[in-house]
Amino acid sequence: MSVRTRAARKNVAVKAPSDDKRWSIVAAVMRKHGSAQSALIETLHSVQSTFGYLDDTALAFVAHSLRIPLSKVYGVATFYSHFRLKPQGKHNCVICMGTACYIKGSARLLQRIDQKYGLKVGDTTRDNQFSLLEARCLGACGIAPAGIFDGRVLGNLASPLVESQLDNWLAESQQNEPKLP
Amino acid sequence: MMIDRKINQQISSPEELANVAAEQLAWQAQYQHRVFVCMGTACQSVQSGAVLTALQAEIKSKARENECLVSPGGCQGNCASAPLVSVPEQDLLYQKVQLSDAEEIIEALAGKPVGRLLCDNKSDFFTMQNRVVTNHRGLLNPESIEDYIAAGGFSALLKALTDFTPEAVVQELQKSGLRGRGGAGYPTGLKWSTVAKTRAEQRYVICNADEGDPGAFMNRSVLEDYPFRVLEGMAIAAYAVGASKGYVYVRAEYPLAVERVTKAIRNAEKHGLLGNKIGSMSFDFQVEIRLGAGAFVCGEETALISSIEGGKGLPCPRPPYPAESGLWGMPTLINNVETFANVVPIISGGAEKYATIGTPTSKGTKTFALSGSIMNTGLVEVPLGTSLRKMIFDIGGGVPDGHKFKAVQTGGPAGGCIPEEHLDATIDYETLMELGSFMGSGGMIVMDDSSCMVDVAKFFMQFCAAESCGKCVPCRVGTAHMHDMLDRITKGEGTMEELGQLESLCDVVKFTSLCGLGQGAPNPVLSTLRFFKGEYLAHIVGHTCPAGVCAPVGQDIRRPTCAL
Ligand SMILES: Cc1cc2nc3c(=O)[nH]c(=O)nc-3n(C[C@H](O)[C@H](O)[C@H](O)COP(=O)(O)O)c2cc1C
Ligand code: FES
Repeated sequence: MSVRTRAARKNVAVKAPSDDKRWSIVAAVMRKHGSAQSALIETLHSVQSTFGYLDDTALAFVAHSLRIPLSKVYGVATFYSHFRLKPQGKHNCVICMGTACYIKGSARLLQRIDQKYGLKVGDTTRDNQFSLLEARCLGACGIAPAGIFDGRVLGNLASPLVESQLDNWLAESQQNEPKLP
Repeated sequence: MMIDRKINQQISSPEELANVAAEQLAWQAQYQHRVFVCMGTACQSVQSGAVLTALQAEIKSKARENECLVSPGGCQGNCASAPLVSVPEQDLLYQKVQLSDAEEIIEALAGKPVGRLLCDNKSDFFTMQNRVVTNHRGLLNPESIEDYIAAGGFSALLKALTDFTPEAVVQELQKSGLRGRGGAGYPTGLKWSTVAKTRAEQRYVICNADEGDPGAFMNRSVLEDYPFRVLEGMAIAAYAVGASKGYVYVRAEYPLAVERVTKAIRNAEKHGLLGNKIGSMSFDFQVEIRLGAGAFVCGEETALISSIEGGKGLPCPRPPYPAESGLWGMPTLINNVETFANVVPIISGGAEKYATIGTPTSKGTKTFALSGSIMNTGLVEVPLGTSLRKMIFDIGGGVPDGHKFKAVQTGGPAGGCIPEEHLDATIDYETLMELGSFMGSGGMIVMDDSSCMVDVAKFFMQFCAAESCGKCVPCRVGTAHMHDMLDRITKGEGTMEELGQLESLCDVVKFTSLCGLGQGAPNPVLSTLRFFKGEYLAHIVGHTCPAGVCAPVGQDIRRPTCAL
């Protein structure tokens, strides 16, 4: 591929996929690591924290910039469960399925969410309002079952608490819905 | 209002360090009253951040800024009573504090405590612990290097650099009898001496903060509350083995720990306690942080190394051990967070003193995360050799809600479940191993009569099957197959013949897998089969689940039941 060989030969930065200013954050991370191939995971972290997920364009950009075969970049991105290749909802709810939380009934929380909202782990609501994720252990086992709602850890979860949070998010979307004339 | 005092100078000798400590202590002493609000995960989840702000605002509104200082602090241990506020000079701990309690707490600083909020800090939970790694008991602002220095921080590092040769540091570690806290309990001093003896231009030190065992959060607490101490331990290790570069590999699920360690590295560098020419001596040690990305296998040392190198976390056969050929093929010392945190008390207090704690083969203390069906969930630190019974019934307060104790699970997905009749066993590396379990990193999950042990075994197998990296066949295929078999048993479809097959498959996976993940994966099945075979038989022969998990008690587990 011409872009790749040129960049490799001259060691110049690969052009960002778009004018989006956020690419400069990603480029800065790669520069900080001297664009070494070992910076791959750090770079993917920066893409995900900036854009929310890793799309094909981003993976190709990272592959070209670090001079790593796209197949390997894809392999790494899919090996680690933290990386997401699909866009996520506006909000997100993570339910812990670690041992302590499981013993305290977190599987029942997920079952209930499935029943009420028709969502399984990894799904996003149709209006894109929230995504449901699970975690291995949040390190909050003392207050199991635990979850994270938009970055905020909550403990001693019970279904009513979870549902009121999710209902809030859904209501928010209905409020913002443009009124039909 | 001045909440923190910041110094700006480089520290280049033990004398300068002592001066900084004295100045900071003097600054602290101008406050008649000090209050600490726990900023651990459990407390933050119930608004301890807002409690901190409310207390600070209260002091301001009463114009008492010159006599009272409210600081963020670390984990007090009893997470079940969060949020916690402590007043060290009155030796008080307030629990379940609400925003509206701020006024009363500040009012009571000079007088009678607020009775209704008092947590009994003379109970067994507190008095039976022996805190060495968490010796500041949360009464230390985790983000202030000044406070850490005032509490004696970095004196062990400067002592090692000025009074000890690298060989002497290694000897001190060997004398202490410290064993790795990451699971297997390999003697730390021996590992250090192996790395130190290698011939190489570059060596590395890695702190394993991946803490992947579900139900364990000790490393998280230690990193969040004592980030400087972990870095100090790493620097002493680097000096001892001749490394100039280090990495802290933290899992991405611990954002607060990542933030604290990142800040701590920057702060220590600013004061000449990390980076180039530490303590003005010819010792350089740069530390960088690397984020995990949600792969359990990356806690395994060779997989962790490939992850730092930027690739998939696939383990490699050992030998060669990382101590000989690790990161970028160079000799690499890799230890757990808690192992490094133990180095500081060993160097500052001396190996002999350290070795008085614990049993003949398991020295020192160990932090444990108590969770599951137990009254006092939280973080505790006890001498190795403490009995399980004491841990669960005295410190942990027993099983709540009228349930009956059934088992305690230790060692994470490679561990086992220990039943009631073995509760008098002591917690040390050998005893747990004999019981078919494992020390692991220190998670202790208590289960009561409402947990089905077959379901628990299935839970762990599902975990291992999902987390298997796929490199070797026994682990990739074996774990999935064992999970299917366990699933069939929980649905009443298993047969006695299959149970025999399950047992022999456990053997195959245990002895032929490439890394510890596969080698340990059969343990939960083997230990539940050993101690709870009756429950397996109830499912297979009686088609019932005695705990009422696979189907309500008394109901046939083969019949599809309506969920909830
Ligand atoms: C599957 C697997 C997961 C592991 N996870 C961790 C972990 O999360 N933290 C840790 O310190 N060690 C973990 N270990 C052990 C490490 O490989 C290594 O032995 C340890 O970091 C050495 O440190 P220590 O000597 O201080 O215990 C794991 C091992 C295996 C096989
Ligand atoms: S098991 Fe859920 S937070 Fe640890």
